Amino acid sequence: MTAPLVVFFVLAGLAVIGAVSLILQKHPIHSALSLIVVMIALAGLYLLLGAEFVAAVQIIIYGGAIMVLFVLVIMLLNAGVEEHTSISKMAGAPGLLLVVALAGLVAATIVRSTDSVLSTSQAGDMSSTLEISNMLFKDFVYPFELTSFLILVAVLGAMVLAQREKS
Amino acid sequence: MVPTNYYVILSAILFGLGVFAFVFKRNIITIFMSIELMLNAVNLAFVAFSQALGKLDGQVFVLFVIVVAAAEAAVGLGIIILIARNRQTLNVERVDLLKL
Repeated sequence: MTAPLVVFFVLAGLAVIGAVSLILQKHPIHSALSLIVVMIALAGLYLLLGAEFVAAVQIIIYGGAIMVLFVLVIMLLNAGVEEHTSISKMAGAPGLLLVVALAGLVAATIVRSTDSVLSTSQAGDMSSTLEISNMLFKDFVYPFELTSFLILVAVLGAMVLAQREKS
Repeated sequence: MVPTNYYVILSAILFGLGVFAFVFKRNIITIFMSIELMLNAVNLAFVAFSQALGKLDGQVFVLFVIVVAAAEAAVGLGIIILIARNRQTLNVERVDLLKL
């Protein structure tokens, strides 16, 4: 077993454990911390894939900004331990069925498509950050500008939603 | 080199766990976090295919997905604060005004 494979399995195990922990934890703050573990592990996997810029963005935006927002809202609303009724416990069975069906579908697709896409030789050298910036500001400049507009709308929407109503 | 299959299978597992958390959890904040988990799983597949095909379009798409996720988190958490203020609960089963 080569070194990248070992690193992959360690990080993949960490990600899956974090995702399972997100489901099993009762308190939302513990779920949020589990999700941070998943995101850090995924950032490591991006590094392994040679996508340094995406890894950095993953840690800064996801692990930093978004999860801090989540933890802040959990503290702000003083969220307690979640309660399950008997009906919501029953929802676990169809949920599990759904997950198994989905995983089976994806696995079947992967097994069938191994000869077309997945076995192509992997490009080794990509000075990815430079090329990503070139693509982002040349080929994808119109969607990029649209996302700035989207963020503006989201900020305005969040402000309108969260402000106190005037009596 | 790690085969691309492994990444795609890991991505499918994480997405499935996200779907399960989405239907199983009852706290509205945790449900929202499971959506983020699903988005992360899709991002992993994007980057894996981008590397397998030797093209960077996938990584640019990941950046767009992250931007949209950030916008979604801002609006979604605003909605959650609104629900918590109006209904005094975070349990989605108590938010049942449209239920018979």
